[in-house]
Amino acid sequence: MAKARVVRKFGDDVSTDIIYPGRFMATVLPTETPQYAFVDDAEFNRQLKAKEIPPGSFIVAGGNFGCGSSREQAASCIKGYEITVVARNFARIFLQNSINVGLAMVICPTIDAAEGEELEVENGNVVNRTSGKSFAIEPLPAARQAIIDAGGLIPYARRLLLERPAR
Amino acid sequence: MGMTYVQKLLARACGRPAVAVGDVLEPPVNLAMSHENGALVINQFNEIFQGTGRAPNVWDPSRIAIIFDHRVPAESSKTATNQKKIRDFIAKQGITKFHDIRGDVGGICHQILPENGYVRPGAVLVGTDSHTTTHGALGAFAFGIGATEMASVWALGNILNVEVPGTIKVVVNGRFGPGVYAKDLILHLIGKLTAEGANYKVIEFHGEAIKHLSTSGRLVLCNMAVEAGATAGIVPPDAETERYLREEAGVKDALDVFGPDADAVYDRVVEVELGAMGPQIACPHTVDNVKPIAEVAGKRVHQIVVGSCTNGRLDDLEVAAKILKGRHVSADTRMLVFPASWRIYSEALRLGYLADIVSAGAVVCNPGCGPCLGVHQGALADGETALATTNRNFKGRMGNPSAEVYLCSTAVAAASALTGVISDPRGVN
Ligand code: SF4
Repeated sequence: MAKARVVRKFGDDVSTDIIYPGRFMATVLPTETPQYAFVDDAEFNRQLKAKEIPPGSFIVAGGNFGCGSSREQAASCIKGYEITVVARNFARIFLQNSINVGLAMVICPTIDAAEGEELEVENGNVVNRTSGKSFAIEPLPAARQAIIDAGGLIPYARRLLLERPAR
Repeated sequence: MGMTYVQKLLARACGRPAVAVGDVLEPPVNLAMSHENGALVINQFNEIFQGTGRAPNVWDPSRIAIIFDHRVPAESSKTATNQKKIRDFIAKQGITKFHDIRGDVGGICHQILPENGYVRPGAVLVGTDSHTTTHGALGAFAFGIGATEMASVWALGNILNVEVPGTIKVVVNGRFGPGVYAKDLILHLIGKLTAEGANYKVIEFHGEAIKHLSTSGRLVLCNMAVEAGATAGIVPPDAETERYLREEAGVKDALDVFGPDADAVYDRVVEVELGAMGPQIACPHTVDNVKPIAEVAGKRVHQIVVGSCTNGRLDDLEVAAKILKGRHVSADTRMLVFPASWRIYSEALRLGYLADIVSAGAVVCNPGCGPCLGVHQGALADGETALATTNRNFKGRMGNPSAEVYLCSTAVAAASALTGVISDPRGVN
């Protein structure tokens, strides 16, 4: 991953209601969900939609990012902008949804970075190129990594399906 | 080394003598539940089959349950179109556990599953809804998943990559005092554990108070276990579980009732004493921001909400009716009541609870999610405060990020409706 800026910094417990409010849940297609990403944060949402935020940029968060609802739109809407989320840790369903839909996320328990600083993911670390500090990434269990390596759960499940006798 | 309840359950499900925390399993799924988000599941499901040369058929239509509850009746043509798409799929696939928008069999998914006998002790149950944890109250390992994950379950019949979770044992001693309910207990516990305190773990409930708690109360505890981050909440099945399943859910077949091993190894044991506990309130904007009621009593509230998959059951409506009977909702507040299912609605009608509630000036909405997620009923104005028996108070949860939501028991909600300010139900007789 290339060097890129932190475009948004969040604290702990960012819920799916912040990322993708329930009132847009009737919109489901990954091609349509990005327009509502962080929609109640009007300025951030505007920047995203205006393509002012380059793909590869980082969101940095504290613990329990994505807590709350199981709505997959919360992962697909961020994925639509190809942003990487770095957090101290993630809520369980959000983490799995991210893996399944291919949203890049990095578990980094000690991450320290401010908005505007430049990060790079390198050899199992998140390196803050602005402060010069480096923070270890917590690897995903192998079974989950296999889904990422397959390109998401759809191709992964398709492969398993084909290994089974046809019904 | 002994196993916790979820370890034993997963070992049985996978046909193994034992499993250890951290083992990765692919257990077969006993029940797969979705609601309106089934529309997205269908898309992802069809995509899995793309290019395989196989017909996109679900692995077992009898193990899929679909309940329309989040937006009923449809609030927009978009929702109506999603619902139509799901109905067509259900008809084509032969899915029988379908609960459409109807006054006989409809309701909120987490009430429909237990009351129809779809939940069994020992079952692996997944749902495209985070509060699927509810069904641990009947001894299932029940947890929320996303839509793509569900599509994979529909295709394969297994849930992939389940890491056997560690377990937090919660022992609840003592008895509930007057005016104190399961809701107060779970709010207190979430405050104690924090919103991420049980992340990736199961909460297993034990103790004297749980033994004497009704299934309705147990459903409240497990429903909100996810608000401490738990993968699942579980009450190991006992005589009350069997009573509920036989008498209230009409289950006739044999039940697989087992408990954790006596020498099970827990990540942590948390003891809670009920003795001195009074009503609890979760304050904005996180569920773990819990305070004893005395600290927030007197706070002005503009809308009171009683209902949801947490507290919309018959005993909740009874508590509300008893407090409201012959009295009036304060003129400067409004009260919305939405029962968790039409079965509950009909019972409450028969027993006169709804008459007492409506005569007091509250509005009874149709069973469904309604105000809980703020997409189609009971939205709040900027700067307004709601007091609700629902399970989340995140910023924007009730449809307006400039409003505040406090969470409480049904008794607190009803007592506060009379005064228009947060009030202790122990002061109302
Ligand atoms: S009542 Fe609320 S918490 Fe329960 S299923 Fe509906 S939206 Fe979710």
